[in-house]
Amino acid sequence: MNIWLIMLIGGLLTFGMRFSLIFLFGRFEVPETMRKALHYVPPAVLSAIIVPELLYPSGNLDLSFGNTRLLAGIIAMLVAWYTKNTLLTILAGMAGLLILQIFYT
Amino acid sequence: MSESRKAFWSGVRAEFPLLVGVFPFGMIYGALALNAGLSTLASQLMSSIVFAGSSQFVTAQLVHDAAPGFVIVLTIVVVNLRHMLYSASLAPYLKNLSLKWKALLSYLLTDEAYAPSILKYEEEGITPVSHWFLLGAGFSLWFIWQISTALGIFLGATIPKDWPLDFALPLTFIAMVVPALKNRPMIAAALSAGLVALLAYSLPFKLGLILAALAGITVGTILENKK
Repeated sequence: MNIWLIMLIGGLLTFGMRFSLIFLFGRFEVPETMRKALHYVPPAVLSAIIVPELLYPSGNLDLSFGNTRLLAGIIAMLVAWYTKNTLLTILAGMAGLLILQIFYT
Repeated sequence: MSESRKAFWSGVRAEFPLLVGVFPFGMIYGALALNAGLSTLASQLMSSIVFAGSSQFVTAQLVHDAAPGFVIVLTIVVVNLRHMLYSASLAPYLKNLSLKWKALLSYLLTDEAYAPSILKYEEEGITPVSHWFLLGAGFSLWFIWQISTALGIFLGATIPKDWPLDFALPLTFIAMVVPALKNRPMIAAALSAGLVALLAYSLPFKLGLILAALAGITVGTILENKK
């Protein structure tokens, strides 16, 4: 699928969700279960992206100490946990990756 | 100054602290989208066509990973589902508006526009100009998002191609997830999604991602219900 088509459909559906209950006011309520389930969307989707990025750096499972992306990712997790700062987390992870790559080559 | 204009600027003022936080985020998006392989035009226009931060980051990542279109669209929907809650929550305060106003405010309804607006509405209820507050908050965010995306694309283009900048996307996701892991259902949702993603990696069409997301959401919801 073309990137423009993806953006157009994704954008229309996003608008549709934002518009949905403002438009349907009084005719439809969000079920309680869905309300609860939505809290878990960010950690679930993002973890599902993060884990393969760290463990399959070149398309193959790599759990060794030679996996620089995994080690840099762990550094970033620690920084994220202690600072809760987006920019610091990215900088620490990138610095970690660059230093580890120099170290290993 | 007219009442409507006052309400608009009061929305802009309430949005201001959020704009400061959003600006670097928009720049990071612009730089990374470009690096993930989107064209300059597509990177920029996604900020107005989709206009939803985290789903734009996720889209850039999935384009970079060459995921098929229907998986990307499905992921955008899952990531943006929460907007239905904002829609439901603001609906009673917007019920008297024309369809045009409802559509315009819906387009501008992001996390950051919702937060100050619902506080304002719960406090003051509906007034003849209250929708201008949401317009002020939503439009100022939209404006800053476009500018910061453009600046990010501009700076991203100067970064050497051989830098492993693609790694900054998963790092951004780590920065979003880790601080949110405050209780057991959240941690369990993240861990089970990660585990399923690990095991289902070899499934075609990146379907492992969808499966893992559903597993995480299910585990989190079940654990919360057990409490």
